[in-house]
Amino acid sequence: MKTFDISDRDHYRTKVFPSPFHSRQAALNENKVWSRWYDYQSVPAYTCETHDYFAGRNACGVFDLTPMTKHRIGGPDALPYLERLMTRRMEKIRPGRVGYGVWCDDHGQVIDDGTVFHLREGDYRLCSQEHQLDWLLMNAEGFDVEVFEETHDVAALAVQGPTSFAILRDMGLPGIEKLTPFGLAHFDFEGTELTISRTGYTGDLGYELWIDPDHAERLWDRLFAAGEQRGIKPLGSKALDMLRIEAGFILAGVDFMPAMHTVRPGHTRSPFELGLDWLVDFTKPLFNGRRALLREKAEGSRYAFARLDIEDNKPAHNAYVFDKKGNTIGWVTSAMWSPSAKKNIALATVETPHDQPGEDLQVEIYYQRELQWNRKMAKAKVVEGPFWAPERRRATPPGEW
Amino acid sequence: MTDRQRRIIVIGAGHNGLVCAATLARAGHQVTVFEARHRSGGAATTREFAPGFRVSAGAHLLHALDPAIAKEMNLAKHGLAYAATGLGTVALAPDGQWLRYRGGKLEGPGALDADREAMKIFDRQMDRFAALLRNLRSEVPPRLGTRDRGALLALGRLGWAIRRLGRDDMREFLRIAGINVYDVLNERFDNPLLKGALSLDGTLGAHLGPRSNNSVFNLLNRYTREGYAIPAGGLGAVSAAMADAARAAGADVRTHCPVRRIVVDFDRAAGVRLETGEELAADVVISNADPKTTFIELLGQRHLEAGFAHRVRNIRSNGGVAKLHLALDGLPAFNGLDEAMTGQRLVIAPDPDYVERAFNHAKYGEFSKHPALEITIPSLHDNRLAAPGQHVLCANVQWAPYHLKGGWNGARRHLVEACLVMLEQYAPGIREQVLHHELRSPWDLEQEFGMSGGHWHHAELALDQSMMLRPVPGAAQYATPVNGLYLCGAGSHPGGGIMGNAGRNAAWVVDRDLAAGTTGTPEPTEDEA
Repeated sequence: MKTFDISDRDHYRTKVFPSPFHSRQAALNENKVWSRWYDYQSVPAYTCETHDYFAGRNACGVFDLTPMTKHRIGGPDALPYLERLMTRRMEKIRPGRVGYGVWCDDHGQVIDDGTVFHLREGDYRLCSQEHQLDWLLMNAEGFDVEVFEETHDVAALAVQGPTSFAILRDMGLPGIEKLTPFGLAHFDFEGTELTISRTGYTGDLGYELWIDPDHAERLWDRLFAAGEQRGIKPLGSKALDMLRIEAGFILAGVDFMPAMHTVRPGHTRSPFELGLDWLVDFTKPLFNGRRALLREKAEGSRYAFARLDIEDNKPAHNAYVFDKKGNTIGWVTSAMWSPSAKKNIALATVETPHDQPGEDLQVEIYYQRELQWNRKMAKAKVVEGPFWAPERRRATPPGEW
Repeated sequence: MTDRQRRIIVIGAGHNGLVCAATLARAGHQVTVFEARHRSGGAATTREFAPGFRVSAGAHLLHALDPAIAKEMNLAKHGLAYAATGLGTVALAPDGQWLRYRGGKLEGPGALDADREAMKIFDRQMDRFAALLRNLRSEVPPRLGTRDRGALLALGRLGWAIRRLGRDDMREFLRIAGINVYDVLNERFDNPLLKGALSLDGTLGAHLGPRSNNSVFNLLNRYTREGYAIPAGGLGAVSAAMADAARAAGADVRTHCPVRRIVVDFDRAAGVRLETGEELAADVVISNADPKTTFIELLGQRHLEAGFAHRVRNIRSNGGVAKLHLALDGLPAFNGLDEAMTGQRLVIAPDPDYVERAFNHAKYGEFSKHPALEITIPSLHDNRLAAPGQHVLCANVQWAPYHLKGGWNGARRHLVEACLVMLEQYAPGIREQVLHHELRSPWDLEQEFGMSGGHWHHAELALDQSMMLRPVPGAAQYATPVNGLYLCGAGSHPGGGIMGNAGRNAAWVVDRDLAAGTTGTPEPTEDEA
């Protein structure tokens, strides 16, 4: 059920709206604790974050994505519009495909990252962490495009984990087995359209489901009924954060400051500084930030993104990073003990060239034991690639598990 | 022919385009100028507005033409002569108690003794401050946020020039440069008539009233101790001489050749496509068109980064001045003025509050029934503009907003009527002398001269749109974000006003960049966000 109507003149009186899945979430939210995600109520942890997490890694975790900012971009100039907006080449994302990307300001600093869903020829959905409508409309001047926000018009669930495929198949979605990673398809769901993309924020086999809010509860019920025997559980935002750190994915506002929210010079990051070189395509004649990024590529970046494997098991939250000589060369932006990789892992911003795989660094970890603070210098090594990347995430058709 | 020769296209044969073309042609480049209209000159033009009556249809006075440019182009040899020079300003009064000022000299029956002394002090300071701005006109503005030595030196020179005013004058300059002319005049003068006329000087051509900030800045930009000049044959004579000089230097000036698009090849400007469909390639394209027309109409926003395009869209460029042309069957008799005084620059701005009230209406998309006027009767100095015994009267009418509520269709005659009612108080009987009249609203000026918003200066000349901020950061040094595309019009530093400096500065930058082989602005600096 649609719970947020921006056209209602009194909508601002309600500060936080329940998600279209609220009734089902409330029933399973054992902690009765809610958090706020932009305009919506969200669940931090249904049981406890570790429990939620293991559902996602070992069976199937369901996360309510509805509050994520969603935009629709269409019209004759949708493709040229996106080519100017995004740093990567968008024409490669054919209808029925999804692409991850970043967009920059004129200085080549990352405004946000997100996914572009090419729903049908010339009809795109752009999902982002931050609200982007202002920037997207500013970009629309001079293009024959229609851009609007549809956050409140689309209910969405992430269905992630090894049994996710089998559950969706058992729900009765013919052809779901043919969906390749970053593919999307449209299905009939009780007379309405259900769009499913093989995407996610967990680095594992998983899907995202997009549907009209009026069918949200029905979708949840059918999904959970189909997954009862395959360990389906709801998953809160804390567990999702663990899953994404293991996958090595960055988060706006945590691993980098979105350029539009940054006041201090030098506190923003370019795609190169976030390890996203592969998303920058200089063979395009123009995109926002191209000139600045060309210069940065020629002259070198100040910072780099690094994934760290740290000794021992104390998470290096907010730790400073030092080189072998003890010079401060960066800081940790996300950290955790990874239950799946069985490693003490972290995402970090380091000064170049300390991001080379194999580079030996140190981190200064503060941790508490019965209210008493302890400090420890721990060895850290720069590693290449995600900490957790099971082969099953790629297999098509996916396994049953 | 030299090995440095490059193909350069200039879009628009306004005075800045012509100066730019001539300067580059003299440097040995192969320059072609494409002008949309049937004659060169842009807003410095003379035309017949009624049978037998000719008038400077855009600008009607010269006060800022750079003598160095006139000399470099040898404009005198190419036919530029003056019908009148050293014209002062006469503030009209209905009761004939007019006053005249030029530089520090105040005279006339309306002049007060106290103001005479104050005027000398005022002139000494204004002249120093104006000279400071004048000296910057022939400099390429420094970029903000670079460590480039040249840019830092230029900034240093600016600071030093202000410091060299000495302690008292420097403090006064820094105090008043950003504030309003209303307060400054009230500090110094008694006579409302004098303050009214100077208020008009501070607001002429701008969307601001005497109580708005930037009005002192506007006054300084217009301040002239030498007085105003009228070229023989009207302002079109300046353009004609410039076009002649450009051609003599080797530039090809083609009129009636509207450019439809700037052609982009990958990430650089590669030439232009004409309305006829013909495409012409060039190493460099220089636009004399205003920034909005250049970037939005000719180039297209999709060839720009979004932040830069956003800044261009937000340039304040709506004109607020209408031009009134009257064909007169005889010389109007202004109360108390003899013929010599009638030939000066006449203003109707009886007091600063009158000017402020005239502006108030413009804020709400209206014009005042009591407009402020800047008037010339050039036919007194030049018998080629009208038949013997007949005269033309030119007036800038403030304010006449570009976005007039209800539009300009049908509104022009109401503004003409307001002007005639006003003029009748100062020159009784003038209404009977009017044979023809023509009122050009900013909308008409936009149509005639292709200036977006019909603004004299292509972009409001205010502190936040001047120097390294003009027209916008990232294009303030004539080069633009698009490789090979440059600006050379009034929208660039130092602005409009028939100076020619924007065109000449742009030519220097283009020649320098071509020699260095880098024809584009580097990426935006942190301070140009």
